[in-house]
This record gives sequence, structure tokens and C-alpha cells, in this order.
Amino acid sequence: MSIDSSLVYMDNSSTTRPFPEVNEAMNSVYARQFGNPSSLHSMGYEAEKLVSKARKSVANLLGVGEDRIFFTSGGTEANNWAIFGSLRSAGSKYNHVIASAVEHPSVLAVMEYLKQIGYRVSLAPVDREGRVDPAQVLSLVGEDTCVVSVMLVQNEVGTVQPCAEIGAGLAQLGPRRPRFHVDAVQGFARIDIDVERWGIDLLSISSHKIHGPKGIGALYIRKGVRMHPLILGGGQEQGLRSGTENVPGIAGFGVACDIWAKISGEARRKMYGLRKRLMGGVRAVFPDAVLNGPEVENAAPHIVNFSFPGFRGETILHALEKRKVFVSTGSACSSRKSKPSPVILALGKTEEEALSAIRFSMSPYTAVEDVDNTVSALEDALKELAPWRRKLT
Amino acid sequence: MSSQPNARRQVYLDHSATTPVRPEVLAAMLPYFAGKFGNASSVHSWGYEAREAINDAREKVASLIEAAPNEILFTSGGTESDNLAIRGVARARKSKGNHLITSQIEHHAVLHTFEALQKEGFDVTFVPCDKYGLIDPDGVRKAIRKDTILISVMHGQNEVGTIEPVKEIGAIAREHGVLFHTDAVQSVGKVPINVNDMNIDLLTLSSHKIYGPKGVGALYVKRGVRLTPQLTGGAHERRMRAGTENVPGIVGFGEACRLAKAELPEESRRLTKLRDKLIEGILRQIPDVILNGHPVLRLPHNVNVSIKYLEGESILLNLDRMGVAASSGSACTSGSLEPSHVLLAMGLTHETAHGSLRFALGMSNTEEDIDYVLEVLPPIVEKLRAMSPIGPGSGL
Repeated sequence: MSIDSSLVYMDNSSTTRPFPEVNEAMNSVYARQFGNPSSLHSMGYEAEKLVSKARKSVANLLGVGEDRIFFTSGGTEANNWAIFGSLRSAGSKYNHVIASAVEHPSVLAVMEYLKQIGYRVSLAPVDREGRVDPAQVLSLVGEDTCVVSVMLVQNEVGTVQPCAEIGAGLAQLGPRRPRFHVDAVQGFARIDIDVERWGIDLLSISSHKIHGPKGIGALYIRKGVRMHPLILGGGQEQGLRSGTENVPGIAGFGVACDIWAKISGEARRKMYGLRKRLMGGVRAVFPDAVLNGPEVENAAPHIVNFSFPGFRGETILHALEKRKVFVSTGSACSSRKSKPSPVILALGKTEEEALSAIRFSMSPYTAVEDVDNTVSALEDALKELAPWRRKLT
Repeated sequence: MSSQPNARRQVYLDHSATTPVRPEVLAAMLPYFAGKFGNASSVHSWGYEAREAINDAREKVASLIEAAPNEILFTSGGTESDNLAIRGVARARKSKGNHLITSQIEHHAVLHTFEALQKEGFDVTFVPCDKYGLIDPDGVRKAIRKDTILISVMHGQNEVGTIEPVKEIGAIAREHGVLFHTDAVQSVGKVPINVNDMNIDLLTLSSHKIYGPKGVGALYVKRGVRLTPQLTGGAHERRMRAGTENVPGIVGFGEACRLAKAELPEESRRLTKLRDKLIEGILRQIPDVILNGHPVLRLPHNVNVSIKYLEGESILLNLDRMGVAASSGSACTSGSLEPSHVLLAMGLTHETAHGSLRFALGMSNTEEDIDYVLEVLPPIVEKLRAMSPIGPGSGL
């Protein structure tokens, strides 16, 4: 496949096309600056300089100190590390973890595993729009709670979670409060984050969701928060994440962050505009479409999720693909099984609605024509599929 | 480079720390950064395309070690593979026993993982090596107990280049029903590996040591061997390792493996010749030098010497000024002042261990590179020894 103007990629929450500047920066590193940052010679120093420059770029976009950014192999590792690392450093009297019911599989699978090995796990429910209630989350906190993990932007339906309120509430619990982890993989760069003011202790980000390379992410760790490493060895990343640094990947991630630092204001405004246009278009061609997630308030700029009752999401996906429009039925990480999305079900939707959901996700690359083409492809696809539409009682 | 005014040549002799990405490998990766950027889990054609590329790479990686493609799990690198193999087996087989065996000269990714498991309550035996850095299979056999569940001994030692008798150790492990893991990061692509012939249950590979990209590695897991995953989430890598696949990295790794396999016999012979020329030249031209590691059972690209009465770091700095990149041991610990745990395990004194230098040869190196090193190294040693407070006369 290659990007040509006739293809409409509306699956940017699965992964994004790297910015050309990212690829250029990485190519030069692959070819020439290939040293190991731990080496005691010029090639090593040069590699180390690239890593620290990128660390600054990532820290800058997140608004934190650069010594608080720890590179990982991606968002999944960052999420796993945030939770497992906290539990390992906290001691045995902390036996309880809290998460929202609509977290990404890389958090929910950890919760599932923890339950199996004897931890107490509380999953906070969400409202019809996919939002947790901060008061309810806080009410779950006990003496033995180690971590509260709530995502910034829900990856399937685009709900912005009340992280500021949860962080503020946790801060009032005093020094023995649980630590606050935010999976910001879907929100980073695309909505505002105030790590300090919101009282965030740990925050996960991923490069390939913001037009950086795959295979790289980071965990922010607030100063003073004790963390056990998940991966042991040569002691890279201040001893907290061993393994030879993925220098080109890190450099590419840094360049992507630099670009977002410049474009984010405009990109967000543009994507919010496109989102509105897309929602209007979908409703015009299929008035029975049911929006999953928030209408405007508390919505991320790049995600739109609709159910098309009477159809299977997968069938629509392939009908759209035939028309060169690429979408997903939910999280890419679980999209290979055709079960109803647990996230859509958690919003209180019916199984029929969950099975007919389609996620459209945009990026700064998305143009007005892409949205219009998506809507007309959808109209065409639904017309083709209409004879097979199931009557709902 | 401005800090190297006297360098008449750039000679990279640190291929055990990392290698450049080969042009062919980069060319294979490029399409997956640009047009073919899909998520391999997506159910549309962008996703299928990425998935096919991963499957293709998996076959190439498997082929290099004579494994089946579905026995290869991709990871973020050698360190993660080591951690996953050891922790994954320890957790999965905890009910079968509490005893683990490894050697004293493993890479820190292995050693530190075993130390962490020790703190968690596992019993760990660290078997010693001889003065050549060789592990005695019989020593491993004697360490086995009824409750032993895992043996991990590396294949090619990363600092001194000794090739360990993994086939024999693997046979002993199998005879006792114990799983056997080997960290083959330094030997893959340099010496032939057949996981079945060599009785290996788990084997660690890294891409950036064989001219592939950084940030990707693999773990060979023999069919039927159960592991507890260390990263959970999506259904990637047969649920053994979650996280969106690093598609370009994996594609590059596959291509690097394919090339390594095709070129192995000839490149291995070529490197061995250069290696022996460098060893011989150093031993002949510089007094009070000892070769570390086994003289024959040795990786084709490894030279490790101790230059007595000197600090390895000061030699490195001077070599760097002359355009020669080498190391004093493992890159991962080269920032620390601790002498190498490997050299100490081989019985070297702290002083001798401090004076160690590792030259790791690779694809780009030529006879002229070796000649250049043999020309610039002896005067550096002579100059530093003249300034050194310790020396043959001081009793050290």
C-alpha cells in the first residue's frame, strides 16, 4: 500500500504515518550515527547526545523535566511498567488497584492478571458517554490502594476522562495516597495535559500514535516516586529500564514531538472542525446512527465512533475498504476477534450496538476531502449493504 | 570529528556494542516507515500488509537458527528477551521447583534478572568458569537438583568471546528435564546455530548486533515450552508479548538475519583471520599483555586483551583521538568504574582487569584497519606507561 490521494486513512488511533521529517531524521541515524550511547568513544557520545536531545523534546511537549522521561519500547510496556513497577516498589500491604472499566487492553490485561494472582482490583464504571465519575473513583480508594489508573482519552470512543479532578482528589488524601497513573497514549499531543497541576505521578505515551516511529514510547515518572524496573540489565535510563537505547526510534519520537509543539494548536482546531463535519455527514446519510462517546464536551478532537444498528461493524469496515476508506471496529489490539467491544458495552449500549460500531480516527493529515469522501463512501456502502440489514425489534 | 585531529582513519572496532544498519536492511525497512505504516492488528489491507511483512521476517529469523517460524517471538531487544525467558520460565514453572542455574559470566540482562528472582525467594546457583571463561558442563550437571527448573548459560561470551559448550549443557538439561536458555546475542550470525541439534529450549537474539536496527530482538521458544508473559495487553505475539509490533524494525531484523545466514561461512572465516592478525600483532608488539578468553573456542570477531599497568579507559580515550572506537568490556557497564565481573570470574586481579580492551570486529573492517590499530596502539601504550605510577617495578 502506499499513500496516494485516493486512499482515505481514518484509522489514526491504531497507528499513524510517520512525519517525513521523522523518517529523514531516523535515516541519518541508521546510516551514520549508529553508536551505542553507553560506549566510551565519540560514536557513543554522539548517540547519547541524540538521546538526550530527543528526551528534551518529549519532556518539552509534555511540560515536564527531561530527567523524568524514561524511554520504553512503547505504550504497552509503559502501562505494564507503571502498574507492575508500582506494586513491586510499594510493599505487600498495598494489595489494591483501581482502574476505569474502559481502559486499554494493556491496562485491563494487567488488572486481570493481578486479580488472578490475588490482588483486589476495582474497575470504576463509566456513564453513557464513557466517562468515569471522579467522586466514584475516589470512593474506591482504601488504605491498601497502590495505584489508580485512568486513561486520558478513551481509545475507542474518544472520551476525555476527568484526570484533573481525580488527581486533585487524590492529592487531598495526604502522603499515603495511592499513586495516579494516566495512560495518555491517545491524548498526548492532541489534548492539553498539565502533569504537575493534575497531580499525575506516572504517565504513558507512545510514539507511533503521534506520527513517530513504532517500537518506542515513554513513561513519565514524577520526581520522588519510587519505581522498580520491569526490565533488568545494563542499567540504562537511570537504572530503571535496561536495554540498548533504540537511538533512531528515540530520535524520531523527539522530532515528532518537536513538530507537535509547533502545530498542535492549529491541528486540534482543525480536527475538531472535521469531527463536527464527519458527525453531521454520518447522521445525514444514516439517521439511525448512534454516537458512542461524547457529542462535543469532553470529546477528543480526533475520534468519532458510531454504531450502525442492523449491520456488522466488520461488514461496514470491509465495504468501506473496498471504497478506499480505512477505519476500524474498535481497538486495533483487539480488532482481530469479532466479539462485541467491551468498551461500547460498558457505555450501557446494547450488544447490537456494540457489534455494529465503527471508529473513525483522524490526524493533522486528514483533509476536508477525506471526511467528505468517507461520508460518501459510507453512504454508498450502506446502500449496498441495505438488503442485508437486519430488522431490529 | 573535531576531537580527533590526528586520526588518519576511522576504525570502528566496537561491533559487540552495536553495529551500523546495513544499507540493504535500511532499504527493506524504508517502505514500512512511509507508505506501509499500518498496524499489524488492523483488519484492513494496511494491517494485512504489515502482518505479512512480520510473518516473512519471522521466517527469516527462524531460518538463521534452524527453528520453526512459530517458535520466534519478537521483543524490543536482547535485554527484554533475556528477562522474558528467565522470568517467564521461573513464573510458569514455579510450582515444579524453586532452583535456577546460571553462570557467573552472563550479561547483566541475565545476571540481574536472576538476582531479582533470588530476592523474590528463588534459589540460584551461579556456576563459575575457568581461566579462559569456559563453563564446565560437568559443573552444571553437579549443580542440578531435583527442584531445578531452568538453566541459562550464554553461547558467545560478550566480553572475552569464549564460545560456551551449550550443546553439552543443553543435553544435560534435557536429560534432567530442566529447561535450557542461552543468550546468543553475540554469537548469532557469527557461528552456526541449530537450536534442535544444540538442545536449546529458549534462545535470545538481538537485531542491532547483526547490522539490523536497534529496538528489536527475538526470543526463540521451543514448541511446547510454556512462559508467563511479562508484558500483557493485546493479543500480539501469540499472547506472549503485547504491544503494537515495531513493523519496520522487525522487517529490518528479518533482512539482517537473511544476509547473516547467507554470508556466515565466508564472513566468519574472514573475521577469524583479521582477529588472529590483531591478537598476534598486539602480543608481539606490546610487552606485558595477556589475551583474555579462549584462544581457540572463540567468537570470530572478538579480541580481548589486558594491557598491564594501565587503565583501559585511558587507552580508549587515546585510541578514540586516533579514530579507533573500541571498548573496555561490555558497553552496558562501560560507564561504571567496577572492573568486569567476567574478568574477575576468570581469576584476573582487579589491576589486570582494569587494563582490559575489547576490539570487536565487523563487516566494515579490513586488513588496513588492523594495520592501523597495530600502528597507533603500541605508542599509546608506551606513552601511558611512561606516565603511569604503577609498573613492572612497583610490584603490581
